[in-house]
Amino acid sequence: MLKTLMGGAALALAAALPLHAQVDIRKETQRWQQMIAEGSPAELFEIEGEALWKKKQGPKNVSLEGCDLGQGPGVVKAAYAQLPKYFADADRVMDLETRLLHCMTTLQSRSPQDATQRLYGNADRPSEMELLSVYIAGQSRGVPMAPGTRHVKEREAFELGQKLFFHRAGAWDFSCSSCHGEADKRIRMQYLPVMSQPEGVRKIVATWPSYLVRNAQVKTMQWRIWDCYRQMRWPEPVFGSEATVAITQYLTVTGQGEPYAGPGTKR
Amino acid sequence: MTKNFLLLAGTAVLVAGCAAPLPVGERPKIAASDLDQLVAVSKRDFKARGIAGMDRLELDAAMRACNLHNDNPPREVSQPLEEQILKSIPFPQGSLLGDWKRGQRLAQSGQGMTWSDKPNIANGGSCYNCHQLSPQEESFGTLGTSLRNFGKIRGTSEAIQRYTYGKIYNSKAYNLCSQMPRMGHSKTLNEQQIKDLTAYLLDPNSPVNK
Ligand code: HEC
Ligand code: HEC
Repeated sequence: MLKTLMGGAALALAAALPLHAQVDIRKETQRWQQMIAEGSPAELFEIEGEALWKKKQGPKNVSLEGCDLGQGPGVVKAAYAQLPKYFADADRVMDLETRLLHCMTTLQSRSPQDATQRLYGNADRPSEMELLSVYIAGQSRGVPMAPGTRHVKEREAFELGQKLFFHRAGAWDFSCSSCHGEADKRIRMQYLPVMSQPEGVRKIVATWPSYLVRNAQVKTMQWRIWDCYRQMRWPEPVFGSEATVAITQYLTVTGQGEPYAGPGTKR
Repeated sequence: MTKNFLLLAGTAVLVAGCAAPLPVGERPKIAASDLDQLVAVSKRDFKARGIAGMDRLELDAAMRACNLHNDNPPREVSQPLEEQILKSIPFPQGSLLGDWKRGQRLAQSGQGMTWSDKPNIANGGSCYNCHQLSPQEESFGTLGTSLRNFGKIRGTSEAIQRYTYGKIYNSKAYNLCSQMPRMGHSKTLNEQQIKDLTAYLLDPNSPVNK
């Protein structure tokens, strides 16, 4: 069973190569085997993320435990399932990663440079952001996704995200909808989910962040959107920018109601 | 009084309980002002990196029209633009058929044009990402139509050569809102590479036509 899974993963990897950075399939496969043997990789990362949440850091030497993720300072239970949402203290809509960044620079007084210097990790070591994200998201398991939809700014974010999803630009004239707009289409052998419809996106928003076997890494939604824009031949989206949060808001509202089932393991 | 109330509600902290449902599952109608907003937002929230410059966020007349009309502009909008684009394609003199073997490698490669690609690497055409071509390559995408036997079906007349070269150079000349990237226009592929791909599609010896 594991073997078929592995074979599938390797095949899928090979098919993904034209779009994704080249990786050594054998090396990644071994890494994956090892991690599976040790238990679900995402769960291991949750433990590390919890330690980082509690770790005193920054000029004020405080932990993130006082961070308000929307359910009150320090409340992590069910917080992820209720994001993105509007935060009055920042006067904007935030997703998990943007909110964590906010707490690092306010609560912990870390400089934006310090907090953003390593947003995306690699196969050897996940980033602080990735580890924190899987820990927080894991505290929402089983909770139906219910992003904010009543505040004007939450509604505006949805509408902006919806428009951005269909907006064609970049060197190759792509929008998200170019690849995620029609059912049963594929790039090489990868089937592309339709994300403008609830049926297509519900399971997706309920499984990020995720451990990606093909990258041998744990990744967040900010990364997923960033990497799709890379493949779209656009310039680089700014981490936590209004545009990226608006897209997450759009996808999450479209897929709302699905019980959170991550952080999981994806191909 | 009502006006004040509305203004308040507008800036407002909570649209209590009675907010209309959000248009989930719909495709938004885009007005010219929305388009201006989207360009401004993308210029604010994206940054140039490597070879991917901010100029990529500018919309030319074709992409403006497609974005404004949900990729389905009325004929009176698309036709003059298509004609104009067709005239702008720099068709080379002489034969448009290059080397199909080199074309095959270009069709296979999806490399190039992203911010993580180094400048001056050899770009591919990503054709297999979207099209079926030769029967030997089973890993092909379906965003585009099948091009299997393209030359066998269409022949190799001068007109077909021109159409094939032109389609790869700038797909929008024949179908304004085509989802196919403008490979020559975007400087992804050069003249020789497009000739090689034209041969790959049309040459009777190419596996595409076997
Ligand atoms: C050029 C093609 C292309 C475009 C355009 C594109 N994507 Fe993707 N997207 C992919 C591919 C390929 C995958 C990986 C599918 C898989 O893992 O099987 C993917 C996966 C995803 C996923 C994860 C799906 C899952 O199963 O968990 C999300 C979310 C996503 N894309 C969002 C977006 C957004 C938002 C945009 C626009 C900003 C976008 N994509 C544009 C090709 C594209
Ligand atoms: C992102 C998707 C995509 C990529 C990449 C792509 N195409 Fe296409 N192509 C399409 C779509 C969609 C159509 C059909 C719509 C149209 O005609 O514009 C098409 C149509 C065509 C046609 C016209 C077919 C006909 O029946 O007249 C040709 C020829 C073609 N593509 C060749 C190529 C070649 C060669 C490459 C690589 C250099 C390529 N395409 C890359 C999406 C793509």
